[in-house]
Amino acid sequence: MSTPTTGMSRRNFLKVSSIAGGGFLLSIGVDPLGKGLFAADAAVDFIPNHFIRLTPDGLVTIMAQNPEIGQGVKTMLPMLIAEEFDVAWEDVTVEQAPHDPEKYSRQFAGGSNATPTHYMPMRRAGAVGRHLMKQAAAQEWGVDMSEVETDAGVVRHAASGRTATYGELAETAAGLTAPDPETVELKDPSEFRIIGTDRRNVDNRKIVTGQPLFGIDFTLPDMLYAVYEKCPSFNGTVASADLDAVLAAPGVRHAFVVDGVGNTSTLVGGVAIVADTWWQANEARKLLEVEWDEGPAAEQSTAGFARRAAELSMQPPEEVLREDGDVDAALAGAAATVEAAYDYPFISHAQLEPENCTAWWHDGRMEMWAPTQTPDSGRRDVAEVLGIDESQVSIDLIRCGGGFGRRLYNEWMVEAAWIAREVGVPVKLLWTREDDMRYDRYRPGGFHYFRGGVDEEGRLSVWEDHFVSYGENGRFASSASMSGNLYPASFIPNFRLATSRMPLHVPTGALRAPSSNAFGFVLEGFIDELAHAAGRDPVEFRLDLLDAPRVGDGGFDAARMRGVLESVAERSGWGQRDLPRGTGRGVGCYYSHRGYFAEVVVVTVRQNGRLEIGDVWVVGDVGSQIINPLNAVNSVQGGVIEAFSHALGQEITIEGGAVVESNFDEYPLIRLTEAPKSIDVHFVLTDNPPTGLGEPSLPPAIPALTNAIFDATGNRVRSLPLSKQDLSWS
Amino acid sequence: MMVTFQVNGRTETVDVSPDMPLLWVLRDVLDIKGPKFGCGISQCGACTVHVDGRARRSCTTRIEAVEGAEITTIEGLSPGGSHPVQRAWEELDVAQCGYCQAGQIMAASALLAETPQPTDEDIDFAMDRNLCRCGTYLRIRAAIHEAASMMATEPQGNGNGAPATEIPTAETPATALPTVEAPAEGGER
Repeated sequence: MSTPTTGMSRRNFLKVSSIAGGGFLLSIGVDPLGKGLFAADAAVDFIPNHFIRLTPDGLVTIMAQNPEIGQGVKTMLPMLIAEEFDVAWEDVTVEQAPHDPEKYSRQFAGGSNATPTHYMPMRRAGAVGRHLMKQAAAQEWGVDMSEVETDAGVVRHAASGRTATYGELAETAAGLTAPDPETVELKDPSEFRIIGTDRRNVDNRKIVTGQPLFGIDFTLPDMLYAVYEKCPSFNGTVASADLDAVLAAPGVRHAFVVDGVGNTSTLVGGVAIVADTWWQANEARKLLEVEWDEGPAAEQSTAGFARRAAELSMQPPEEVLREDGDVDAALAGAAATVEAAYDYPFISHAQLEPENCTAWWHDGRMEMWAPTQTPDSGRRDVAEVLGIDESQVSIDLIRCGGGFGRRLYNEWMVEAAWIAREVGVPVKLLWTREDDMRYDRYRPGGFHYFRGGVDEEGRLSVWEDHFVSYGENGRFASSASMSGNLYPASFIPNFRLATSRMPLHVPTGALRAPSSNAFGFVLEGFIDELAHAAGRDPVEFRLDLLDAPRVGDGGFDAARMRGVLESVAERSGWGQRDLPRGTGRGVGCYYSHRGYFAEVVVVTVRQNGRLEIGDVWVVGDVGSQIINPLNAVNSVQGGVIEAFSHALGQEITIEGGAVVESNFDEYPLIRLTEAPKSIDVHFVLTDNPPTGLGEPSLPPAIPALTNAIFDATGNRVRSLPLSKQDLSWS
Repeated sequence: MMVTFQVNGRTETVDVSPDMPLLWVLRDVLDIKGPKFGCGISQCGACTVHVDGRARRSCTTRIEAVEGAEITTIEGLSPGGSHPVQRAWEELDVAQCGYCQAGQIMAASALLAETPQPTDEDIDFAMDRNLCRCGTYLRIRAAIHEAASMMATEPQGNGNGAPATEIPTAETPATALPTVEAPAEGGER
């Protein structure tokens, strides 16, 4: 077993470094993954805040406060600190901070929020350290602070030629009072030596050598392994269970029914099986005989939703979300009109590391090791369902084998905690892929019934979208809503967005670029149809629509979108080449998570309908600074490839309130041979605050792909996935 | 049943059910966590290890089938991560979440052991069964070509005996970098 360095109670480790004046407590708790603790012998270490530790020998440790899910934040946030502290990146060791809301703010991974939230605070944290280094040197040399400067871990006094390393100054600096981070001096971006340069993932070596980095790898002495069987139909409960055969199976220590609290976000009823090894627990599951009380979800199905949506489309909508101008009159007077029905399916996150959590209930405390995106809500959910105080729950953050929004929801933490309290020894709960696929919080499907028209000048003059979605009592289901401010709203004089909702008992939630990952396809697909109806070039038609030098409702800045569209058209050679029949080019643009992205995709479709994705061009505007270009490109390319994965073959089907697909043989992820040949990534820098890159590259990739298929074949794709569409042509 | 085999050069004997998958013997009996669980049905390749030098899916390999076999996991691929594939993966910064990459590296190193200068078609054939949910496929392809060129230019670069050199800390990665342009005129709001 890979044993934690010593005992398991993080509190034993804490308060070891609450030290010299100006120093702060640095809590890092148990070090399950062998990363090394901040030394307890810290009397002379310099710890200006919860992010930096400098030892007299010059070693710099920087805490990465947010959960790492593959977005690169464990490298990126420390880069910001190191830049302003002014140390050489090669001298920095990065540590993952534990969950600690008293020390770290907004400790979560979601919404492409890390950059806009932390860009300035992390820089300020580093700048505080740099300020104290300069102050310490000035004090030692008896000179004014304004006369000294720093240079990658060294302070210099030019007038006297004196220099001191940060390590040499650590003890003096540790005795100083930290300045106010809000007013501390920051570098001018022209001085940046780390921000804006390529820095490799700090965990690369551990990843390529197979070190136990992930939640699934974490073990404790005497730990048992658990599986948790739930009703196939969402939120059903256990009517009766015969556990005799399970309890007699090899390795099984415990098997018991859990009533749950009837909430798919926290704990639904089920049967827990706990064994010496995970495989034994999961094998014993095959012997389980359970009768379920199916909940109301059992009445629901994908086919039923489609039928009901078609009925609703023929009726007046339930609610009008926005109305500008006179849609009916404009349609009657349009030079050309288009009617189209779009739909997209439920899809699942399918992060590659299945849900897992290690929990240990002892001495009135619930200690957890959780690969979660949202430790705050995980802790809250655990405390609430177990009826304990949040202060009794502690969470160590462990690298996540993918997030994509799945680990925003922490019911697997609650399950692990519940089981651990029952059995009284450390327990690792691990879901199977089937558990994961059948109990996700899905990207909801949706239906859009469009009417639109263009005027005599070929401009988009009228737009109507009847969005049939999910929800009840006037509220949308999670991630199933649409805003009346969403572009192209406020850019079309006659505009109506209306909605009708269907009750839903299938859990839904945020999946990378939530709602945008679907709306990109339908909005940019229908705009493309109108461009063709107008006989216009699709890029020109869009630029025309955006020809309003203003910020639209909802913060959408037309000029920034024009900028990325013009750039991607130029880089991709848009309009310059005649492509053979069967090869086509498509464009899409979308604003989400504060980022503006325009993308061009080239496809080839054989006459039999077989699709090959060729080259892709991406241009993004996420403000004035790309912090780590090496990772930014990876992230953007990943967003594009994920978009194609959604489009090609992914669909979650509901029958009898349960999910039909169970694993990657039925729910395909895109493979290497299906990926594009190339993805050119370019960033337009604008004078705007830097924003995130985890999500906004995804939404425009799908319409760029489907619009390219139209260009290649004349087949307009209005329904996903593509595996269900006939793309053949003659 | 008792099963004896070699793992990363060490002889191991385990007493487990004959149908227990190699993956779970490695992970939960021998505490070798490099091979990952992703699907359990040979669809994702996260569990890929070498069995007698060939890439195999350990999640569907019964332990009784490896009696006497030589098994290599990512932990035993090279001393200190010095295999050209591992170095190329680091240099090109392939990983995002990193969960699939042990399996990708084991599949790629098995490919290069047989085909030291693979074409894109060779890579397609060898790597198409390894899923990367984060979508690092373009860098995976580039890193395999990079590893192949390392092996061609380095002595002993046969995929097993590569020298344990330090990872270069070059500032310039071999992958396509973004280009960045100044704000266009009128680009600001």
